[in-house]
Amino acid sequence: MLTIQASSRGYRELNEAITAAQDQDILLEGVLGQRFLGAGLSEKSLTIHGIPGNALGAYLDGARIHVCGNAQDATGDTMNDGQIIIDGSCGDAAGYAMRGGRIYIRGNAGYRAGIHMKAYQEKLPVMVIGGRAGSFLGEYQAGGIIIVLGLGEEGVPVGNFCGTGMHGGRIYLRTASLPADLPSQVAARQAEPADLEAIAPILEDYGRHFGLAAQDLEGKPFYVLEPNTQNPYHQLYTPN
Amino acid sequence: MPVNYLMPEYEVYRNPARCIACRACERQCANEVHHYDADLKAMVADDAKCVNCHRCVSLCPTRALKIVKSDHTFRENANWTGEAITEIYKQAATGGVLLSAMGNPKAFPIYWDKLLINASQVTNPPIDPLREPMETRTFLGKKSDTIRRDAQGNILCQGEPQLELKVPIMFSAMSYGSISYNAHASLARAAQALGTYYNTGEGGLHQDFYQYGANTIVQVASGRFGVFSDYLNAGAAIEIKMGQGAKPGIGGHLPGAKIVGDISRTRMIPEGSDAISPAPHHDIYSIEDLRQLVFSLKEATHYQKPVFVKIAAVHNVAAIASGIARSGADVICIDGFRGGTGAAPTRIRDNVGIPIELALASVDTRLREEGIRDQVGLVVGGSIRNAADVVKAIALGADAVYIATSALIALGCHLCRSCQSGKCNWGIATQRPELVKRLNPDVGSQRLVNLVTAWKHEIEEIMGGMGINSIEALRGNRMMLRGIGLTDRELSILGIRHAGE
Repeated sequence: MLTIQASSRGYRELNEAITAAQDQDILLEGVLGQRFLGAGLSEKSLTIHGIPGNALGAYLDGARIHVCGNAQDATGDTMNDGQIIIDGSCGDAAGYAMRGGRIYIRGNAGYRAGIHMKAYQEKLPVMVIGGRAGSFLGEYQAGGIIIVLGLGEEGVPVGNFCGTGMHGGRIYLRTASLPADLPSQVAARQAEPADLEAIAPILEDYGRHFGLAAQDLEGKPFYVLEPNTQNPYHQLYTPN
Repeated sequence: MPVNYLMPEYEVYRNPARCIACRACERQCANEVHHYDADLKAMVADDAKCVNCHRCVSLCPTRALKIVKSDHTFRENANWTGEAITEIYKQAATGGVLLSAMGNPKAFPIYWDKLLINASQVTNPPIDPLREPMETRTFLGKKSDTIRRDAQGNILCQGEPQLELKVPIMFSAMSYGSISYNAHASLARAAQALGTYYNTGEGGLHQDFYQYGANTIVQVASGRFGVFSDYLNAGAAIEIKMGQGAKPGIGGHLPGAKIVGDISRTRMIPEGSDAISPAPHHDIYSIEDLRQLVFSLKEATHYQKPVFVKIAAVHNVAAIASGIARSGADVICIDGFRGGTGAAPTRIRDNVGIPIELALASVDTRLREEGIRDQVGLVVGGSIRNAADVVKAIALGADAVYIATSALIALGCHLCRSCQSGKCNWGIATQRPELVKRLNPDVGSQRLVNLVTAWKHEIEEIMGGMGINSIEALRGNRMMLRGIGLTDRELSILGIRHAGE
């Protein structure tokens, strides 16, 4: 494993060092808010000590990033493939328009997690949030799977306006009750065995990363949120 | 209950002495206006379906057809026009937002037509472009304001990435989905032949067109359709779309019915799913946030490509442009309120935004005053109709122009403004295979090359007349312009004198 001391270096220099490295495994020590780490990276495995800045793993295309702490805003922006694992919490707009790959967050996510998430052919993006998510979770979601586990949370583990503009994909909420303000184009129901089967491998993988066992997820049911139409706005217009 | 009948706007006039009932018009019309009546043994037409696109007129072998504006009328009223009344009928019947296509057609001032260009007489003689070199090449990107040297004192020539344009005209963003495969093929091939660029729009880049990457600007909009590493690296530049002249402050929405086959593949979303591009990028609320997107794109493409930021011309455009120039963007693109679109709410298209001429002049002035004009290239669009408009735009301060409506007209568009129906009889704004094939990319690209080549000659002629032999010397040269019939306020915003001064 190659260790790069990051503390006194800018993001451009760090990304160049990551690209130039012969090692596949790279440890970034002392990261102090440098942005764009791993942008567009298609291979290699980054481990980050310290706090990465905004847009960590933007356009990520197959690489693996493990943050041993918290991440900030726009993690995995427009990510296409790969994996981002965050041991702590992350800021706003995580996984904006992600089309593939996985983002696992052990703690909480800020506003607009999974906004514009898409799915396409074999690409099925997945985001799992261990704690709670802020408002606008899955806004404009067009595909993919968002799971909020609400571990250690009392009450509903998402903020307001969950699924606003959603027109594809699924949100799984582990919660005793649904958010009170779900928009009209979202249909919610309690998960059936087949729904839980579909996410069992994801939860198993997530649990492996964070040392969670199946019994840790007991005690609360899962709800499934899906759009009730793929075309939520089609009656809005009149040709002129 | 009122009868919900809208009088046809046009009437199909068929000269019975010429019509041979060959039914060509019937085959050509996707709106199903014409059909053959076996009882009458004659062609008949349903005027109500006609959009006045001239396809049948153009292909009628005996020239039997013409489309005329109906003289059927409401009682005359300068306030409650027929248009105003009809729009109320449409909304009362449907409850829908009125949706239109192409640019603002209203009778707002066209400032290009109130600008006059100078020519040399006696002193500083004109240049004959047929005999003397005339430089229409220009470069888009940040210009260095310092000379950098290495340790040995050699000048470092490696500057910021630039786009080289052989002619200061590019084809502006139109997505695959809003226009057809053959329209995109025509634009891509023409851009390559002309040494300029076309723009993918926000619908991704079809795999067949990666070969034209060196002449392609790839767009990133709020929906991020089709955006991934290969796409970003395929183009010569990346454009962040913040706004569009036809619908400032409004997002895009391609209905699921149009997301089929290749469109779905290129946008990288499932068939039948709506493609929604909301008005804002939900990660951009400030110039600092914009800077973040600019630099995430630069990081992902290793600083090899200029990043454009496109905005609509709105009231505070000069201040916004100043912010964009400081965001790290290489080029600012401004789209005026006449800019076209495949679909926009009528009220937005016709009432929001400002003329590109005023926006351009105020942005260029502001950036100069702040000493940051060289930090960005400036590209303007939104109804550049001819070579004189190009010359005037450059003299007002643009580095280059974007054209789209003009390009579509070159491809056969007759400005019927019905793009949103998806039934374009000219094979441009449609995905129906039987209509798309009417636009032959060999012919289409040649017509685009012809148009831009003709404009290039005209630009050379006009520049030569002024005694100017390069685009660089024309750029921002407002002394070459005079206003006619403009108020002091307009002249002061445009930064020009009145004719005779």
